[in-house]
Amino acid sequence: MRAVRAIQRLSEWFDQRLQLGRSIREVMEHPVPRQTASWWYVFGSAALTVFLFQIVTGILLALVYVPSAGEAWNSLQTLNHEIALGWFIRALHGWGSNFMLAIVLIHMVQVFFFGAYKFPRELTWIVGVFLLLMTLGMAFTGQVLRFDQDAYWGLGIGASISSRVPMLGPALVKLLLGGPIIAGATLSRFFALHVFVIPGLLLAFVGLHVLMVLKLGVNEWPMPGRIVRRATYVREYHELTATDGVPFVPNAIWKDIVFSGFILLSIAVCAVLLGPFGPGGQPDPTIIQTAPRPDAFFLWIYAVLSFLPPAAETPILLIGPVIGILVLLALPFVAGEGEKSWKRRPIAVLVILLAAVALGTLTHLGEHTPWSPVMDAWSSQPIPAEYLKGRTPLEHQGALVFQAKQCHNCHSLGGDGGKRGPSLDQVALRLTPDQLIRQVIQGGGNMPAYGKNLSPAETVALVKFLETLHPSGLAPARDASRSVALR
Amino acid sequence: MTRPDGVTRRGFLMKIGLLFNGAVGMALAVPVLRYVLSPVSRQQKSGYDSWLSLGALDQFPAGQTRLAKYRNPVMNSWDGETADIACWVRNVDGEKFQVFAINCAHLGCPVRWFAQSNLFMCPCHGGAYYQDGSRASGPPERGLFEYPYKVESGRLLIQAGELPTPGRAASGLRGGSGCVQFVQFNG
Repeated sequence: MRAVRAIQRLSEWFDQRLQLGRSIREVMEHPVPRQTASWWYVFGSAALTVFLFQIVTGILLALVYVPSAGEAWNSLQTLNHEIALGWFIRALHGWGSNFMLAIVLIHMVQVFFFGAYKFPRELTWIVGVFLLLMTLGMAFTGQVLRFDQDAYWGLGIGASISSRVPMLGPALVKLLLGGPIIAGATLSRFFALHVFVIPGLLLAFVGLHVLMVLKLGVNEWPMPGRIVRRATYVREYHELTATDGVPFVPNAIWKDIVFSGFILLSIAVCAVLLGPFGPGGQPDPTIIQTAPRPDAFFLWIYAVLSFLPPAAETPILLIGPVIGILVLLALPFVAGEGEKSWKRRPIAVLVILLAAVALGTLTHLGEHTPWSPVMDAWSSQPIPAEYLKGRTPLEHQGALVFQAKQCHNCHSLGGDGGKRGPSLDQVALRLTPDQLIRQVIQGGGNMPAYGKNLSPAETVALVKFLETLHPSGLAPARDASRSVALR
Repeated sequence: MTRPDGVTRRGFLMKIGLLFNGAVGMALAVPVLRYVLSPVSRQQKSGYDSWLSLGALDQFPAGQTRLAKYRNPVMNSWDGETADIACWVRNVDGEKFQVFAINCAHLGCPVRWFAQSNLFMCPCHGGAYYQDGSRASGPPERGLFEYPYKVESGRLLIQAGELPTPGRAASGLRGGSGCVQFVQFNG
């Protein structure tokens, strides 16, 4: 009894000085619409939890990490291999980053589906868009701090894209890199961005975001036919919370807490089972036997970059993101009123489906990079034996040319080799011998011309080999006019 | 004391104070901006583009293309291995050379030389270039970047010091069209 009274007196002592007790009680007890105490409403708080988790694990890494181009990679190795559980903290931070991006995206999709960006929560949405951009910024700068080959060449890609800005390009590159090349100054400034600038902005914007959620109230569960009108919405919302509201604590928050705990546990499980990300090879620009590739969340951009036609690439690269961000920012003003329910917003649902399918497909392509030559196919992936059985010596010679001249790097045979060019398993059905010769010598259709690199004998042998590439039951393509002309 | 137009003495002093802070802020912004923009304004400094040796000529046999390295002219002690830059040297015929940047003209990934097919290939998005650096296929809009070079007392020198990017092509570096400007022979 005495202990309880002592605690009470202590808390009174603090509250007399802090004057926070009342506002905290108000926040805890404020009524939220009953139906929003739902598992659909847990993603925002989970994103906040993971953000705080990233701050903690980030500080732990900063105890050891050296933000110097000459030492960063070594300090990551030390973290991975020498310091007790250093690998685990790295894994937590890396997986935390993936979870944070995923949860932020899910949160955004949920908010979009539930029409929560509509009046009076437009600014909450806009702040949220900036939070998404900052989260992406954290992911990119974090990938740079894992200073390995991918980070080094990823910076080169960033520099190449920035250099295409009209007029300002070269200056932007130097500003981005902190000098004329990717070096110590580059890593130092990305460290400052990742550790001070963006997290500081994130803290401020997250505070603003949460404050607005508390002040404006949690978005009510969307009902088909319940239309948002600027004139009446606020009154209707307060009627709803007054007649059918439940206190935020504990009725709504218990699900947030349970889900956040589940997410933290998932991050820990991923970290234990799958370990930390990299670092990959040393960031030595003279080691060129590397195929740089961004982290999972940027793979779709990597894929887009291989499909844009050269002439349209620069405008699309520079204008596309601006349009995308403007569309997101304009959304609450264009559709600030009206239906909230996804059941009455078919276009919204289609947009999300389209975006999900597009991003999923591009990410999948980014993982397999069918547009890249397989750099070692010519020396490591043999031609299938059945393509060589019973062939003439000249055709065998052609098969040798096929391997030696790196044709295999871009063209697959029996599933092995590059996917850059078409598979040649049945090429004899598509092209006549004359067309094969022309294609080999002149190239075209995104194939280099090999005229200068092949002797006539090599070309003849190669084409003889290619002529054998057709299913046994089907006759190869032939020029019907040829027999007439030669008669 | 309130004047008829609503301006009070204290209110006026506050505005003076704000103005004062604004002036101090502007004065401070100048050095801060110059500090932040120093990587850009340092452009004029000598060293961003200097003549660097790639080694003796006999490392680059006639008719072949070889990988070479140089240490960037502007560097800090904490740059580590990032100050080492690679490039491709093509000895065209024993007299003429071409020195290509390692960076693909598309997005800067390191291109690799395939001597058998006489092609440079990029591992990122599949850009390919002929042996003279001109574009063969893939997404690049242009040929490989080329460093100006000269031969001096049996050594091959190139003018380098800046990451070649598509936007900078106009200023110092040239496209690999096979034509050779900037070339001096002092050896």
